[in-house]
Amino acid sequence: MSSIRSLTKKRLFLPIFSMLLVMLINVIYDVACGNPPLGFFVITIKNAVLYGRLIDVLNRGSEIAILAIGMTLVVSSSAGTDISVGSVMSLYAGVCCMTLAGFGEVNVSQYANPLLLGIGAGLLVTCICGLFNGFLVAYMNIQPMVATLILWSAGRAIGLLLCNSQIVYVRVPSFQKLGAYTGFMPTPIIVAAICIAIAAVILRFTALGTYIQSVGINKKASRIAGFNSAKIILLCYVICGLCAGLAGMVATSRIYSADTNNIGLNMELDAILAVALGGNSLGGGKFNLAGSIIGAYTIQAITTTLYSMGVSSAQAPVFKAVVVIIIVVIQAEPVKEYFKKVSSKRAAVKEATKA
Amino acid sequence: MNRKKINGNNLLLLITIALFVLMYAAGCIVYGSKGFANLQSFLNILINNAGLICVTCGMTCVMLTGGIDISVGSLIAMDCMFLAVGMETWKMGSQVLMFLVLVIGVVFGLVQGFCIAYLDIQPFIVTMAGMFFARGMTAMICTQQVSIVSDKFFTGLSSMKFSLPFGGYVNKKGILQMPYVRITVIVAIIVVVLIFLMLKYTRFGRSLYAVGGNQQSAALMGLNVKKTKLKAYVLSSFLTSIGGICFCLNTMAGTTTQATGLEMDAISSAVIGGTLLTGGVGNVVGSLFGVLINGTISTLVKTNGKLISSWSNIVTAILLCFFIVLQSVFAKVKEKK
Amino acid sequence: MEDNVVLKMQGICMTFPGVKALEDVDFTLKKGEIRALMGENGAGKSTLIKCLTGVNKFEAGEIYLDGCDAPVINKSTMDAQNKGISTVYQEVNLCPNLSVAENLFIGREPLTRMGTVNRREMNQRAVQLMKQLDLEIDVTQNLEDYSLALQQMIAIARAVDMESKVLILDEPTSSLDDKEVAKLFGMMRRLRDKGVGIIFVTHFLEQVYAVCDGITVLRNGTLVGEYQIEELPRVKLVAAMMGKDFDDLAAIKQEGSGDKQKEELVIEAKGLSHAGTIKPFNLDIHKGEVIGLTGLLGSGRSELARAIYGADRAQTGTLKVKGNEVKIKNPIDAMKLGMGMLPDDRKAEGIIGDLSVRENIILAIQAKQGILKKIPMAKQCEIADKFIELLQIKCASRETLIRQLSGGNQQKVILARWLATNPDFLILDEPTRGIDIGTKTEIQKLVLKLANEGTSLIFISSEIEEMLRTCNRMAVLRDGTKVGEIEGHEMNQMNVMKVIAGGEQNE
Repeated sequence: MSSIRSLTKKRLFLPIFSMLLVMLINVIYDVACGNPPLGFFVITIKNAVLYGRLIDVLNRGSEIAILAIGMTLVVSSSAGTDISVGSVMSLYAGVCCMTLAGFGEVNVSQYANPLLLGIGAGLLVTCICGLFNGFLVAYMNIQPMVATLILWSAGRAIGLLLCNSQIVYVRVPSFQKLGAYTGFMPTPIIVAAICIAIAAVILRFTALGTYIQSVGINKKASRIAGFNSAKIILLCYVICGLCAGLAGMVATSRIYSADTNNIGLNMELDAILAVALGGNSLGGGKFNLAGSIIGAYTIQAITTTLYSMGVSSAQAPVFKAVVVIIIVVIQAEPVKEYFKKVSSKRAAVKEATKA
Repeated sequence: MNRKKINGNNLLLLITIALFVLMYAAGCIVYGSKGFANLQSFLNILINNAGLICVTCGMTCVMLTGGIDISVGSLIAMDCMFLAVGMETWKMGSQVLMFLVLVIGVVFGLVQGFCIAYLDIQPFIVTMAGMFFARGMTAMICTQQVSIVSDKFFTGLSSMKFSLPFGGYVNKKGILQMPYVRITVIVAIIVVVLIFLMLKYTRFGRSLYAVGGNQQSAALMGLNVKKTKLKAYVLSSFLTSIGGICFCLNTMAGTTTQATGLEMDAISSAVIGGTLLTGGVGNVVGSLFGVLINGTISTLVKTNGKLISSWSNIVTAILLCFFIVLQSVFAKVKEKK
Repeated sequence: MEDNVVLKMQGICMTFPGVKALEDVDFTLKKGEIRALMGENGAGKSTLIKCLTGVNKFEAGEIYLDGCDAPVINKSTMDAQNKGISTVYQEVNLCPNLSVAENLFIGREPLTRMGTVNRREMNQRAVQLMKQLDLEIDVTQNLEDYSLALQQMIAIARAVDMESKVLILDEPTSSLDDKEVAKLFGMMRRLRDKGVGIIFVTHFLEQVYAVCDGITVLRNGTLVGEYQIEELPRVKLVAAMMGKDFDDLAAIKQEGSGDKQKEELVIEAKGLSHAGTIKPFNLDIHKGEVIGLTGLLGSGRSELARAIYGADRAQTGTLKVKGNEVKIKNPIDAMKLGMGMLPDDRKAEGIIGDLSVRENIILAIQAKQGILKKIPMAKQCEIADKFIELLQIKCASRETLIRQLSGGNQQKVILARWLATNPDFLILDEPTRGIDIGTKTEIQKLVLKLANEGTSLIFISSEIEEMLRTCNRMAVLRDGTKVGEIEGHEMNQMNVMKVIAGGEQNE
């Protein structure tokens, strides 16, 4: 009993536990449907590329994983969430495809500008979005969710504007590459892996992590100890904007078009959910990036599982919303206190019976 | 009494009203030839936004307590889909369905309010979950677009016209036409008046302000803060459901993508109307003007004809940004005093 | 209960985890009496008030209230209010966005027959109430349009209208100017004449002698005494509050303190000030010197130090560090000049609760090195271990979260944070508050050792003995002004108390 309790207190317990739970549900579902029980885990090579549900989860989960990196930092430093990430992804799509196709073009098979310029312009704009959000939060003292509400609405609208309210297709193989395959490996997996690796290296070899956590836990004390709290928060939002841009890059290349209405739709929920599922408190402070990333892939596993059970993409949010509510309710102070009370009462009863 | 000072909050409301008058006047001058200056085109703004007015009244109440409710757009979609499928597929009476929609609204608000008030979870997170839940639920009910055609009572309500006794004009065919409003406008006006009176003259209304002004003080003065918050969220969802019915009477259909981004319109209307995001300040008259400003923007964009519809989103967002920053600056000035 | 007594508390005991907050405290309040409740920070004033109003639960003791036969235990502030105990806090606890009348009546508004709020009657009654208290204000205006003093008085009016027998004023004057204070006192006297018992918590001595009838003094959670105002002249009051009990620490008084005035100047402050907290002051500090800042709580002793360090940005004046004029906008600027500050509010400004002891210790060096130069883990552990050993910080391991440590050990961790930066100039604001006697001695010894090694220090404490033992020179503050410096032979308890008390010496 006590060993189970100590296990639940481990930092990565929640994300790994939920990941295993989703896998278990898959196995049960497969058995119930008469499929091979370990169908979820089977990886095969078809048409010289990797194939399988697990690969699918890793592939489709790339965007959420990239977003989760930025979101984790934002949540940790400012105790709020950036709800504009989905819109910013769509804005990236608009900027990038417009640069590559030329304004007003709808369907091109040749670049109007070099690929790197398109990607660079897109990422620059998303960084500026992060700067805008961060400025409002850190220097104007506006609640994070309200501040990011502005771009949540405007980001997609500006994207639409850049594409003249149309879906712009860029049918160039080198552009599609980022969303397709490199060798036998889906490129998004590689992109996500690189992003995660860079984040890990930065957190490992600079003091960024200490700075962010310190500011997130106690802003005033951090200032006395010599940190510039506002600058740190601003930096986190810029990183989050950059991550949204990178996620947008993957999502755009995947469908080689700027479908501004649908790219990144509802992604903010997935990203926030990944952070919460990763065992991070939405109240800010300590963070655990590994947890968030496992959380991100867990979310994708849930989505993939739902789809394989025949739930449509429009219906899936119901289940995710329920998961969010369960997680935040478990984290809520009054609920924790209630459980503490119950367990201490139980202990008291035990002692009484012993005596 | 009449030497009441113009403080920051009144100033915000004045700016809003001036902005509306300015915008409308500019519209009349620029697009007068396209019929923008007609009384009917003004009434059309009301007709198109009747649902939004109801929603914004609820949003204002929630924001007065310092909270926010972003589930409203999805809730409207769910309401519309429920009504449409109820009438067309389940063949239920529209009266019963409308009653059920209101009940759903109350239950939805109770759950959200409980999580926020009694479990102390951030309103944004709870209502965001609510937003995705309702949107997904809409798709659960039906994934296709469903048009309402069969229910006589509902179609009757929808096509009802209430002509005004003045302001008539002669159209191209030489027939005198009186300007008219729909039943939804009447509902919206009743809601605005009732909420206005409630905020001003009932204990509950005043406690909304007290909770938003200073939650701790309100508790020390013996108000039940949690209950007040819970009621605010129930009220918001209830008014949203009324708004949903109005919305459905306008569109006569249910789709999964209905009213996307409506929460944004409601919040920006309330903020533009002088409701503080930190709570405690605001009233429905301001919110009404906020909605009118939003409505005018989209009508202007539509009347122009060349602009893409997303321009109205962008302009609204810019306005919202302007007012949020303005509020923050006012708050800083006040602190320094 | 005796005649004329409206409130009697007997043998109140209360412990916070690890600390005895109140031990066997008695308190008596008569009808029509204004009684000051005095004591330095941590003496137990607010804890006693909170026990009375039901915010804290006390473990032993009884509270008797006029009109109640049995001992009273209040469950909440509302409960206390219903029994006739009203409290007005330091921060105005009203809603700034509502009108004056609404603030007076919220929760108990007069209603019409329809069940709606009868605004006209409410406003009329509010006007009457204001008249009774000689206040002329427009009750339909929003509360935020009035000055803090008026807001405070409106808060009192609300309390009075609830027909309270006992009115508690918890430091209501800290944000008021002299005129406003006079108005407030007028109102308090009128209420006294009506038979209300008033408990007045303040740290301004003048005000106590201006308005109170009796004084109750607490120190370290125990009752020092209950006095009539005539029995207790100022100097004796200060002595009662600060305590005179010498402990075994007397032995550590430095021997070779010598004359530090000849050493080079480290800090020269000229005319530094911060609006609302500290008026312009001059202060010179030499190398290896320990300057004590003394004065009662709220006299500006912390604020002076904060203005130098840049925790509150100084608005006027110039600051020279080692002869060079510098501008300090933020603490990090001060740190780069070799300063460090241990703030008085350990919880709010000192510890980063959810980080480990190791992380808390290396925080300041890391901030100085910048974000890109992370201190290698091995080095971090080495530094942490060194200071855990040096300061004898009691923790399970260097990875223990700092919030799990006791107050004294938390304080040592923060000290370690600054020592690790090898500061030339260190501000210690109440480093010994709320920690056990053993740790106190250690910290005092450490201060002397640092000074001998050439570090200059500002040392702030509420305990005069402690400062006499450690400081070369003492600067005294009163009401946000630096009123004098004491050094050499003049540094003794009596002199310091005289300067702190100020005013005419009525002995």
